[in-house]
Amino acid sequence: MNALLFNSTLVIYAVATVIYLAYLVKPKQSLGRAGFWLTVAGFVVHLGFTLNRFLEAGHTPITNLHESLSFFSMATVGIFIMFERRYKASILGSFVMPLALLILAISATFSAVIPPLNPALKSKWLAIHTIMAFLGYAAFAISFGVSVMYLIQSHFLKKRRLGPMFQKLPPLDMLDDISYRCLTFGFPLLTFAIISGAIWAETAWGTYWSWDPKETWSLITWFIYAALLHGRLTTGWRGRKAAMLSIFGFVIMLFTFLGVNLLLSGLHSYK
Amino acid sequence: MNIIVVGLSHKTAAVEIREKVAFAPTQMEKPLQAVVALPDITEAVIVSTCNRVEIYATTRDVAGGMARIKRFLADYHNVPLELLEKHLYSYHGEDATRHVFRVASSLDSMVVGEPQILGQIKTSYGYAAEYKSSGIILNRFLHKAFSVAKRVRTETKIASSAVSVAFAAVELAKKIFGELSDKTVLLIGAGEMCELAAKHFINTGVRGVMVTNRTYERAEKLAEEFDAKPVHFEALMETLPKADIILSSTGAPHFIIHEKDMEEVLRRRKHKPMFFIDIAVPRDIDPKVNNVENCYLYTVDDLNGVVATNLEQRKVEAAKAEAIVEQEIGQFFKWLSSLEVTPTIVALRTHFDEIRKAELSKTISGWKDLPPGAEKKLDALTNAIMNKLLHQPTSVLKRIDQGNRNDLYVDALRNLFDLEVGGESQDNMMELED
Repeated sequence: MNALLFNSTLVIYAVATVIYLAYLVKPKQSLGRAGFWLTVAGFVVHLGFTLNRFLEAGHTPITNLHESLSFFSMATVGIFIMFERRYKASILGSFVMPLALLILAISATFSAVIPPLNPALKSKWLAIHTIMAFLGYAAFAISFGVSVMYLIQSHFLKKRRLGPMFQKLPPLDMLDDISYRCLTFGFPLLTFAIISGAIWAETAWGTYWSWDPKETWSLITWFIYAALLHGRLTTGWRGRKAAMLSIFGFVIMLFTFLGVNLLLSGLHSYK
Repeated sequence: MNIIVVGLSHKTAAVEIREKVAFAPTQMEKPLQAVVALPDITEAVIVSTCNRVEIYATTRDVAGGMARIKRFLADYHNVPLELLEKHLYSYHGEDATRHVFRVASSLDSMVVGEPQILGQIKTSYGYAAEYKSSGIILNRFLHKAFSVAKRVRTETKIASSAVSVAFAAVELAKKIFGELSDKTVLLIGAGEMCELAAKHFINTGVRGVMVTNRTYERAEKLAEEFDAKPVHFEALMETLPKADIILSSTGAPHFIIHEKDMEEVLRRRKHKPMFFIDIAVPRDIDPKVNNVENCYLYTVDDLNGVVATNLEQRKVEAAKAEAIVEQEIGQFFKWLSSLEVTPTIVALRTHFDEIRKAELSKTISGWKDLPPGAEKKLDALTNAIMNKLLHQPTSVLKRIDQGNRNDLYVDALRNLFDLEVGGESQDNMMELED
């Protein structure tokens, strides 16, 4: 059942991505709509997969890379659906869905076996900490997507290359606005994830903060996004500069999430 | 029944002529009734806009009908027919259909793709419907034209791009700012094109407009015209941070806005994007301003380039639109020819005959002890009844075919008996589109 739901999600996202990429080439409204409703359908199946796994495992299914990446992908799609409705911009899908698909595809390469839960992880904090962290990551992923769009659109405007792609991309202000909303949504979540992680660490191991690589990199990620938000609010960093920093922040975030887990050893490496 | 059109447009007549023969849109009753009162003319619709005056009509006698409408135009407006005739075009049948489809789809407009014409034709048709000068044929004719125009609009990108410099500027601003309703425009100097662009921005609904000029009185005068705020030229640098869109066209021999000033200006407006349109020759704004983060600078040449690309694209789209028009002409003619009497009589007879045969065979198959030869007799009997019943309507139809209101009867018959004539069933093309 689990495998069926997971694979169905993967297939639906793949088809939606292909349709969205086709939309990028051929701006047919029907393509954008088809992509969106497929995405919604995929999201529902994905949600079903996550709930089913929760029931089977008996705990929040965010305990290994297979589960985390899948949840990350699902949250990204969920937030994307919200923004798509709000801004009526199908083109967002052309940039966000490939990313969501890629994350889910990577998730598929990790073992889907439900392992017995490490006693230290058996806690109500598991749900709070991981869900917040990955919702935050998902918001940053969307911000990354629209920041890439911003750089492309601003490049077209500066170079006066106003082709079909330029016509399709949304106005700069809209992209900047979406990116900013993602940050104001994602940053508090990341903050709470770090705080709840610290509290959990205290109850599990008796120390709030042990400078484990994950903790260190989380803090670095937090500082980057904090700087970006601060810059936006005070000195008015916006546009290209903000877009580039958001892209940089996302890369560091990915390293915090994947790099640390796979390359560095610590409490978060899923082994 | 034939459809004819007689008229003139911006392509065949100068504005001096067009205005002489234009009809006042609020007084259409008299001319419409005068046209349908002409001998041999059964239906009429008058389209009168600033770029064209056209009379669509149905008639049995194409040449005579055209001549009468031309004479009517000349007499009604007191213009010598010899003068008018040079500018008039007239089409009938397929050419008239192609013409109205092209006009409604804005393929015949001065700016191909401009959307106003469709609304104008709909209004004209509205008058004809109100004063009952249009009937079955022209109703269908114009509704078909509306649906073709709609198809052209949805299936091609004929009207999707700005084709004037001023519109291009507005379109670009929308790509930077999205909504313009909270944006402020600053006008520096007052060239003609600059004013035009400013007007377009005001029409789009910007929040405010400021005007500055080297001579303050001139700025004040312009500001009054645009309901804008005049600004002293010396205060330009203090004003710039408040402006999102800057339209510049001074006669200054050198740059008045420099790259180095802009960094300070941007800082003061918290790096919110700025859109500069430099229409002046020689230029007012240092091209290096475009290198400043969040500043987008376009000169008149850039905008002309945008317009040229759009026009080029429009040509491609117009070709697609012409193909749609050709496709639809055939469909309309199928319907029109189905209004002819003979095929309708044939269809009516076939319809009755089918019913007769079906009932007959039903009766016979359930009849056990049928005497020999009775089948033949029953067939002859039912056939005779049918012929008698159909004799009267058939002869009426044949007789009215000599007159000119056969379409009414034919259409009624087709609707009453749901007849399929000319391969086209009664599709519902009559609904009015937006």
